[in-house]
Amino acid sequence: MRYSGLKVISEGLFGNRGWKPAWRDPAPKPAYDAIIIGGGGHGLATAYYLAKNHGLTNIAVLEKGYLGSGNIGRNTTIVRANYLLQGNSEFYSHSMKLWEGLSADLNFNVMHSQRGLINLFHSDGQRDAFARRGNMMISQGDDAELLDREGVRSYLPYLDFEQTRFPIYGGLLHRRGGTARHDAVAWGYARAADRRGVDLIQNCEVTGIDIAGGRVTGVQTTRGPIRAAKVGMVVAGRSGQVAAMAGLRLPIESHVLQAFVTEGLKPVIDHVISFGMGHFYISQSDKGGLVFGGDLDFYASYASRGNLPMVEHVMEAGMTLMPMIGRAKVLRSWGGIMDMTPDGSPIIDRTPVEGLFVDAGWNYGGFKAVPASGWCMAHLMATGQPHAVAARFRLDRFATGHLLDEEGTGSQHNLH
Amino acid sequence: MRIPCPLCGPRDRREFFYYGSEDYLNRPVGDDPAAWDAYLHLRDNPAGETRDLWYHEMGCASWLLVTRNTVTHAVLDARLVAAGGEGGASGGDILAKMKSGGAA
Ligand SMILES: Cc1cc2nc3c(=O)[nH]c(=O)nc-3n(C[C@H](O)[C@H](O)[C@H](O)COP(=O)(O)OP(=O)(O)OC[C@H]3O[C@@H](n4cnc5c(N)ncnc54)[C@H](O)[C@@H]3O)c2cc1C
Ligand SMILES: [Zn+2]
Repeated sequence: MRYSGLKVISEGLFGNRGWKPAWRDPAPKPAYDAIIIGGGGHGLATAYYLAKNHGLTNIAVLEKGYLGSGNIGRNTTIVRANYLLQGNSEFYSHSMKLWEGLSADLNFNVMHSQRGLINLFHSDGQRDAFARRGNMMISQGDDAELLDREGVRSYLPYLDFEQTRFPIYGGLLHRRGGTARHDAVAWGYARAADRRGVDLIQNCEVTGIDIAGGRVTGVQTTRGPIRAAKVGMVVAGRSGQVAAMAGLRLPIESHVLQAFVTEGLKPVIDHVISFGMGHFYISQSDKGGLVFGGDLDFYASYASRGNLPMVEHVMEAGMTLMPMIGRAKVLRSWGGIMDMTPDGSPIIDRTPVEGLFVDAGWNYGGFKAVPASGWCMAHLMATGQPHAVAARFRLDRFATGHLLDEEGTGSQHNLH
Repeated sequence: MRIPCPLCGPRDRREFFYYGSEDYLNRPVGDDPAAWDAYLHLRDNPAGETRDLWYHEMGCASWLLVTRNTVTHAVLDARLVAAGGEGGASGGDILAKMKSGGAA
C-alpha cells in the first residue's frame, strides 16, 4: 500500500479501516542469498539498499527483539555533516544527501527537519578549531557559517552569555543539520525493504555463525539454522559478542550513553545546540519535549541505564548554558549501548572469514549515518568491494596505524 | 556505583578514572604488530563479568584491578595492581605479570 495525502483523507473518511500492517511477519526460510544480523537502523537500511540498488531480494534481516528495539529507538536524533577528517567527511556528506531525499524515497515521513545546528565555542582556541572545521565542511561541499557572539545572540537570545566561567564567544552554524524522527527511520526502512521482498524476522536471535573451510555458510538462531553464503553483522553495541561467534575479536568496547527528555513544552528551542565546554546538547522534539544528553558514562557497560554522576553533570551543564530550562520537569532518562572503537570512527569491511561482513563501531553518532551506512554496507556485500565514501572504514586500520581520530583524543575506546 | 578501594574503602565512582580492560596489563614483549594490536585495540568486551583498570585519582592514587558486571553495574572486587598488600591477595601476581611483559 502506497502512503499519500489522498490515502490519509480517504481513510479518515471511512473510519481508518483500510490500513494494513506496514510489513509482513514471515517465518524464516531454510536459506537465503544473504542474511543481515540486526534489525536496527543500519541493518534495515542495508537490506533496503541491497534490494533497491543491487537487486538482491532473497535476503533476511534477523532481529533478536522487535524492529527498532535497539539504539535506533534510543538516540537523540541529531543529523549533521560536520566532520573534519577525510574518510569521515565524504561519508557523512553522502549520508546527508540521502537524508534530504529519504522520506520521498521510502514513501514514509521520517520527519527530517533541517532546523540548523549551532555548536558553541568559548575560547579563542576553540574558535580557531571551529573555523578550521567549518572550512573543511565547505570544501567538502557542505555548509558552515562562523557566528560571532552577536550572531549567536540573534538566534539564541535565551542563552546565558555572561556566565563567568564559559562566556560564549560564538558558534558554528550548520544550517542543513537538524533532527529526524528515529523510530520512523526504522519503520520507513523496514516497510520499504519488506515491499521489495526482504524477509524481516523478529524474535530471532542469532546464537552461532557457521563457518566451513574459512567461509561462512549460515547462522544458528533461536528459530533454527538458516543457510546463507553472505552474512552481515550489523548489531551495534552487541558487535563484540556476535563477532565472537565467528571467532573474531573486534577493536570495540561497549559503553553506555544516557539521554533525557522533559515533559512537553510550547516551542522554545528552534535549533540543535551544543555547549562546547560541558558536554551538553539539546533540541526540542515535535511533541514539545526537550531532548538532551551529554557524554558517555566512560566505563565499559551493557546496561540500558547509566549512573547518577553523569546525570548530575548533564543537568549542571544545561543549567549553566540556559537557566531558563530549570523548571522543566524531566520525564525520562535512559541509556543505550555504544560500540566504541579506539579512534571513534566506524568499521564497514570484510572480515577474515570469507562471506562474513561487519558494519559496526558507530560510537554515539550512528543515527545520522544510517542511510550512508546501509548504502555502503549493501555495496560491500553485493560487490565484495568497499564503496568509495567508506573505503577508509577498514577493520585493520588500527593494526596498520591509519586511524580516523576525528577528535584527536588518542587511541583508546572511551576517549571519543 | 561505588568502588571498594583496598586502601580507602568504598568510594564514589566520581573519584576514579576508568582506563580500560585488564588487557592493558598484558603488554607485549617483542615488536610483533599483531600482539600490539591485540593489546591496544582488540577486546573481548564481555556482557557480564569483566575485569578492568581504574585509577583512584581523587583518592590514594592507586591503580586498581576491578571485577564488575557490565550488565548490572555490580562491583564485585577491587585489588591493588601494584602490591600484594591489603585487599590485594593477587596483587603480587599482577605485578609479576606486568614485569614479565604479560607472558603469563
Ligand atoms: C542516548 C543516545 C543518543 C544518541 N544520539 C545520537 C544522535 O543524536 N545522533 C546520531 O547520529 N547518533 C546518536 N546515537 C547513536 C545511534 O543511536 C547509534 O549509533 C545507532 O543507532 C546504532 O546503529 P543501529 O541503529 O543499527 O543500532 P541498533 O538499533 O542497536 O541495532 C542493532 C540491533 O541488533 C540486534 N541484535 C543484537 N544482537 C543480535 C543477535 N545476536 N541476533 C539478532 N539480532 C541482534 C539488536 O536487538 C538491535 O535491534 C545515540 C545513541 C544513544 C544511545
Ligand atoms: Zn584509594
